Amino acid sequence: MAEYLLILVSTILVNNFVLVQFLGLCPFMGVSGKLETAMGMSLATTFVLTLASVCSYLAYTYLLAPLGLAFLKTITFILVIAVVVQFTEMVVRKTSPLLYRVLGIFLPLITTNCAVLGVALLNLNKNNNFVESVLYGFGAAAGFSLVLVLFAAMRERIAVADVPVAFRGAAIGMMTAGLMSLAFLGFTGLVTV
Amino acid sequence: MTKLWDFHGGIHPPENKQQSTSRPIRNAGIPELLVLPLQQHIGQPAETCVTVGDRVLKGQRIADVRDGLGVPVHAPTSGTVESIARLPVPHPSGMDDWCITLRPDGKDEWIDRQPITDYRQQDRQNILAVIRNAGIAGLGGAGFPTDIKLRPPKDRKVSTLILNGAECEPYITADDMTMRERATEILDGLKVMAWILRPERCVIAIEDNKPEALAAMQTAAAGTQTEVVAIPTKYPSGGEKQLVQILTGLEVPHGGIPADIGVMCQNVGTAVAVGRAIFRGEPLISRVVTITGEAVTGPGNFDTLLGTPVDYLLTAAGLQPDRLDRLVLGGPMMGYTLPSPDVPVVKTSNCIIAASVSELPAPPPEQPCIRCGMCADACPMELLPQQLLWHSRAGEFEKAEHLNLFDCIECGACSYVCPSSIPLVQYYRFAKGEIRIQRAEQLKSDRARERFEARQARLEREQEEKEARRKERARAAAEAQAQARKKAEAVETPAQAGEADADRAAKAALVQQALARKKAKAAQDSVAPVEPAGPARPAAEAPDIEALEKQLEQARGKLDTMQSMLDDARAAGADNVEKLERAVAKNHDRVQRAGQALEEARKALQAAD
Amino acid sequence: MWTSILIAIAVLLALAVIFGGLLGFAAERFRVEGNPLVDQIDALLPQTQCGQCGYPGCRPYAESIALGGAINKCPPGGEATIKALADLLDVDPEPLDAEHGVEQARRVAVIREDECIGCTKCIQACPVDAILGAAKHMHTVIESECTGCDLCVEPCPVDCIDMVTIEPDIRSWTWNPPAPHIIATDRQEAHA
Repeated sequence: MAEYLLILVSTILVNNFVLVQFLGLCPFMGVSGKLETAMGMSLATTFVLTLASVCSYLAYTYLLAPLGLAFLKTITFILVIAVVVQFTEMVVRKTSPLLYRVLGIFLPLITTNCAVLGVALLNLNKNNNFVESVLYGFGAAAGFSLVLVLFAAMRERIAVADVPVAFRGAAIGMMTAGLMSLAFLGFTGLVTV
Repeated sequence: MTKLWDFHGGIHPPENKQQSTSRPIRNAGIPELLVLPLQQHIGQPAETCVTVGDRVLKGQRIADVRDGLGVPVHAPTSGTVESIARLPVPHPSGMDDWCITLRPDGKDEWIDRQPITDYRQQDRQNILAVIRNAGIAGLGGAGFPTDIKLRPPKDRKVSTLILNGAECEPYITADDMTMRERATEILDGLKVMAWILRPERCVIAIEDNKPEALAAMQTAAAGTQTEVVAIPTKYPSGGEKQLVQILTGLEVPHGGIPADIGVMCQNVGTAVAVGRAIFRGEPLISRVVTITGEAVTGPGNFDTLLGTPVDYLLTAAGLQPDRLDRLVLGGPMMGYTLPSPDVPVVKTSNCIIAASVSELPAPPPEQPCIRCGMCADACPMELLPQQLLWHSRAGEFEKAEHLNLFDCIECGACSYVCPSSIPLVQYYRFAKGEIRIQRAEQLKSDRARERFEARQARLEREQEEKEARRKERARAAAEAQAQARKKAEAVETPAQAGEADADRAAKAALVQQALARKKAKAAQDSVAPVEPAGPARPAAEAPDIEALEKQLEQARGKLDTMQSMLDDARAAGADNVEKLERAVAKNHDRVQRAGQALEEARKALQAAD
Repeated sequence: MWTSILIAIAVLLALAVIFGGLLGFAAERFRVEGNPLVDQIDALLPQTQCGQCGYPGCRPYAESIALGGAINKCPPGGEATIKALADLLDVDPEPLDAEHGVEQARRVAVIREDECIGCTKCIQACPVDAILGAAKHMHTVIESECTGCDLCVEPCPVDCIDMVTIEPDIRSWTWNPPAPHIIATDRQEAHA
């Protein structure tokens, strides 16, 4: 039980995928303009990450490993992720056409989000069992969502603040992200997983 | 001791009230011209019920609101209506509005006043009607019609009636002096209002910087159930919602009114007006106005007739024009600058500050917000002024509204404390205005969309009906044709007997041929799947009565037209008379032929039956 | 060696087929009819149905925006509409496309009744039925319903329709934003 909690704390805070491991920076920067968009994106990514993590684990454990096809893991994981993202796209389009329109290209880009592939591969490295894989995926997504929402909220405020001309736009965004990253470094050593 | 609560925030600006309380209330007198705007209240503007040149008496109704929210306007003195025109009125925009100008005749003749001796014998609705017809609106500054306010919704019982004698804004002392000198009148008005509302508790709240007023009101209220309570001096404790919180600890809900929690606030000046309306039968024609500021030598309070020009009052107070830098109507926190002293005093004008340069200097330039948060500390409504500023500035009005922008009472406490001198309230007023405009435009565009869609639907419906009718006609024609064809087959044999008959029959057949051809063409054009009648069907084709009749009609019509043209030509002696004669003759023949064909067809049909 | 390659290929193919089937099923299950986004966009447009955007009405323009069209083609909506559309669709607001017209103050049509011949051409042209009248009877514009689209001006054969700007009234007046004061440092820089 404690291990599961540790996995969650580790993936959400200590080894946050975006701010500490620097994976998934593309949607982090691209979708954080508005808070509503960011929340939609984080929901979509959570769904994809958890499902992809589970499917990748299952595909590896019950298909690739027994057949000695471990070398196919990268392409298989990509296939799995692509299918999950497609599925998510359809669901989003049905439930919220506005979100679909607003997310635009970033929804299919979750396929190439290195955090998703990273979770799938890292699960293997850590020899996680099924439950641990699920939690790992979910924790990674939760960490991603947390940071995305925080960043979006800050960016909204920064957008209307008196930012010096040279810093406006991406520059102040990057600086803010860097400062957030520094802040999250403070969690180092909180748990050792 | 009455239990008191406190409200969040608030400020303590310098009071500057002692200048205008050193003298008793003076009567301002009758100026040379009175200008009465038709809208001195919240609601619809009043419509005049007098015309230019009418002589009116003091207290006579000169304008009323026929449908909508509002109260009538009365003549403050006797005189002649000089004009009804658009003139400058006291409004932050500085724009003009419709006003009645009255030239006093100096006689100050009253109408026949009808005081009510015992109001308790009257029906409540009658008393409320008297209050309305006396033109009483809230004299505290908003100008809401008092009779409507005294009529809370049926399911709300007012348990606490509060008279607002707080007068928290600096410089203003009108209510203070009214309480000192007219305490009994205030209580008279309170009696009437309490009788209408039947509250459990009546409270008169006075800030503790007015000891004389407190004493006067306590004396007047001695022996009654009315509590006279001293509240701590803090701006803006005179705000309705703040006062309710101080006296009851209850908060007026967002978007609601105090009546929703069983409380009602009325200004002491309004109470005096109500008392006068009931006990003296006098409509609202005057109010106490504070004239103060360093630019006047004799600051004080004046009992002013409504419609008195501000410069008249300033003169009465001893204005020194070279010292005057700014003229403010209202207090220094919530008032606005008057572009000129040509505006009249209205029901909501409580104070005029004739400020010198040093007294109300120009505000320092706005500096960037340093996010200190002092504004949030000062806000009596517990809003987030800093956030409201960012959103208002960026035009993010939805977010500003979400942060309860409309709960802002525009008291100015946040602007007062801001170290960067940011004019916060101006931003909020702008944002509120923009949101109101957006709402109005949204309503308008929704309505336009409804009308557009209704119009599209109507056009489509008309189109469909036309189509349906055309199909009907084509179908009916085809049916009639089919029927007649069947009958013709029986008619064929008898029609061919006899030579003379044969000639006529041949002619009839020719006519029918032509008709059939025409009908075939028409049938081809229509959508209905009518089998086009072949042109080569001589005697078998039955005579179509309808078509023949129509032909006859057309021929007759043409003949008439030609005939009339001929007559005109003859009358005018034109050269084409001959041509027309020939045309007439031709048409005559045509008519005859058509008539004959019809006859034949009828006979043939009869023979067939 | 060959067998392992074949197995690998077979496995991949099998996975692809399974996933393809899943997606196909999902596509049917989650099929979207129509486009509810169009309604949301249409709600933001001013509904003057004037056609200045190049589309025959506000709804066709809304449909084009939903498919990715430009949001800066509506002059009656002006900057406010562009901003609202940009907010809704999370795109950058662009300045109004001058090709389609310029933003003007709200206008209403007024018919000079002395000259009206009662031909009903303007009544047929008005997209919101804001003109009251009948054949050979006086025509008049219902001011509160007129959206100022000026589609009625052209069809009038005697040219008796004026577009009148609505004058600001004391009751429709609203506050202006505070004038931006130059802060002290800006003033210094200006002098430097």
